[in-house]
Amino acid sequence: MEQTVKNPADGTSAYNFAYLDEQTKRMIRRALLKAVAIPGYQVPFAGREMPMPYGWGTGGVQVTAAVIGPNDTLKVIDQGADDTTNAVSIRQFFAKTAQVATTEKTAEASIIQTRHRIPEKELREDQVLVYQVPIPEPLRFLEPRETETRKMHALEEYGLMHVKLYEDIARHGHIATTYAYPVMVDDRYVMDPSPTPKFDNPKMNDMAALQLFGAGREKRIYALPPYTKVKSLDFDDHPFEVQTWEDECGMCGARDSYLDEVILDDQGNRMFVCSDTDYCAERQEAGHRGPQHHDQPLSNSKREKAAE
Amino acid sequence: MTQINEPLLRVDDLTMMYGDRIGCKDVSFELRPGEVLGIVGESGSGKSTLLRSISAQQEPTKGTVEYQTRIDGICDVYQMSEAQRRLLMRTDWAFVHQNPRDGLRMNVSAGANIGERMMAIGDRHYGNIRSNADSWLGKVEIASERLDDLPSTFSGGMQQRLQIARNLVTSPRLVFMDEPTGGLDVSVQARLLDLLRGLVHDLNLAVIIVTHDLAVARLLSHRLMVMQQGKVIEHGLTDQVLDDPQHAYTQLLVSSILQN
Amino acid sequence: MSEMLHAKNVAKSFTLHTQGSVTIPVFEGVEFMLSAGECIALTGESGSGKSTFMRMLYANYTCSQGSIKVFHNGDWLDITTASPHSILDIRKRTLGYVSQFLRVIPRVPTLDIVAEPLVALGTDRETATDKARDLLTRLRIPERLWQLSPLTFSGGEQQRVNIARGFIADYPIMLLDEPTASLDAQNRATVLELIEEAKSRGAAIAGIFHDHETRDAVCTGSFDVTSFKVGAND
Repeated sequence: MEQTVKNPADGTSAYNFAYLDEQTKRMIRRALLKAVAIPGYQVPFAGREMPMPYGWGTGGVQVTAAVIGPNDTLKVIDQGADDTTNAVSIRQFFAKTAQVATTEKTAEASIIQTRHRIPEKELREDQVLVYQVPIPEPLRFLEPRETETRKMHALEEYGLMHVKLYEDIARHGHIATTYAYPVMVDDRYVMDPSPTPKFDNPKMNDMAALQLFGAGREKRIYALPPYTKVKSLDFDDHPFEVQTWEDECGMCGARDSYLDEVILDDQGNRMFVCSDTDYCAERQEAGHRGPQHHDQPLSNSKREKAAE
Repeated sequence: MTQINEPLLRVDDLTMMYGDRIGCKDVSFELRPGEVLGIVGESGSGKSTLLRSISAQQEPTKGTVEYQTRIDGICDVYQMSEAQRRLLMRTDWAFVHQNPRDGLRMNVSAGANIGERMMAIGDRHYGNIRSNADSWLGKVEIASERLDDLPSTFSGGMQQRLQIARNLVTSPRLVFMDEPTGGLDVSVQARLLDLLRGLVHDLNLAVIIVTHDLAVARLLSHRLMVMQQGKVIEHGLTDQVLDDPQHAYTQLLVSSILQN
Repeated sequence: MSEMLHAKNVAKSFTLHTQGSVTIPVFEGVEFMLSAGECIALTGESGSGKSTFMRMLYANYTCSQGSIKVFHNGDWLDITTASPHSILDIRKRTLGYVSQFLRVIPRVPTLDIVAEPLVALGTDRETATDKARDLLTRLRIPERLWQLSPLTFSGGEQQRVNIARGFIADYPIMLLDEPTASLDAQNRATVLELIEEAKSRGAAIAGIFHDHETRDAVCTGSFDVTSFKVGAND
């Protein structure tokens, strides 16, 4: 089936639906099917050149292009935000090449492409989360040989992952890895969850939505089918823990979300805000207020407190 | 458990050809627990080829290498699955390289280097791993306060001792050594030899040590194999081979030692 | 007296491949017996092959012909054909040897070197070290030297360390290669005492002694190697 997007200038065919040609999409879908069948296993695929540089989400874009249909609603986030350059341009890319509906609302999206965050709102079975992955190989840190890391995956030789965690504790007194924190998938494959903060690792476990990972530069795809067991690696005497904050979101007052630090001025004043902009906006609409919300009077004492 | 008189390793008719060129040819021997076998010969005589073939790193053209595994008894190491073989290599076997850089992870601490094998066999208690690593550091005479230092900050002799600790932490029964004292100066060599001899005795290790240094061979090994052009030309008690060599090449080798 | 060692029709020659493959015959047709409680002096002029013969008894040198049987663990074993494992076991339990040369790993303390043969036999380290102390004291090695490597010692001191190491275990058979060569009168007397003690516990001893006094003092018989020298009876 040939699906095309009309060139708005003269009404002729410009791009195939969602930019990639159908054969390429079939190839990617086959890789995706294999990835879903073997959760956590990195499937090589013939990654294409995309009209954006590597590092800007070419892997995620190809995965999204392969799974998106005319009736989908797409949301794109970058570090949790819908309004950053990367998120905006990818959203526009699909709005143009697939003419799909886009949204900033997590609940309304059927496909969410993400760079480095999982939305705070719980995802559903009818949603797909597509991750942009820079380095898919979790063992690369200590073992640079690809031939060797493949063998290690095949034979489940994962002692090396703990060497990295051991180093963390020896140096910092605790596991200092805060993002790209390695996980064990379905008790079989160790997987790099892409550079999401480890705060999001527990959300991957037993998630209702399908999770797909695309690494464009390294041409690898991997996946977590719905309700897959995902366990963060740790030591018996140094169990896995997520980040916590003493502060609340300055805008919506949330204490359960991942917070970004924002520097306010040259005096070192700062505030914390939800990294997930949609989550924060929804809470504000529902009437939640943080201490630095614009309709809250910003007292000096609050300023000082925030500066502490 | 293995009986004391049962061989731990049995090498039979081992031949490694590189095309028409002989790597090593028709080598057979047995090794028992606690026994140290020296392999000597000049560069290119096939020592290292033989060591690689015995230690499951390079499948020989012909012949078998059988090992008395703890669980399944005698097994042909090249008939095992790759998973089994690699497990064997990182638990019951050890390999000490001439250049410690080949045997260490230079970008992680000494403690992590020692702990790696423990973690590889499933140890998941940081405290245990660390205290065990610390105690092994002591056994190879490295101060505890170096536990979190990178091996690149160690001297050559310390790196070599660290490599030994890293290898012995899983209590292997068979240790392969390729010129372990090769790059070290004489005083450091002596210390390492002393350490190795103590460990061999205390842990009842079986060792195959490749060296071109006959003095090292004399001090460490019970038996000696002399290789020339890929073949074992003389094989026997170390002192017998060195003091009453029968083969022309061995006589040449022995008479070439500088006396001091 | 029970027989402990029996050499039959033993011959030895060296072939020097590096020197035009010339063959140097040493001796042939040697018949030698050693029983518990006796101390036999190997005699013969310098170069007659005394040391060579002793090394053959220790399996340090191979035999060109004949057999050398040793009573080991209740069995007779021929060391000319025994496996390296058996020979090492014989040396560990049955056959002691005091050579003229001290060959040790540098850096190892004297005390440990002397105690080692006992430790190898399974004696606990403390008991072995105690016995090593006794022997070193009797052989007048000053205590301040015990923790040092003997490689820095004088020739006489090294020789005494060698003797202490050779006598620490109660080997049923002992081979002594000039044990008193570089010793003063006092220490020579101590070594003679040690040999007497070994004899009285039933050790079978063969020794090469450079001086008549020592030989006359401890030996129960002598064995002239010269008579077996190749060509000696022509």
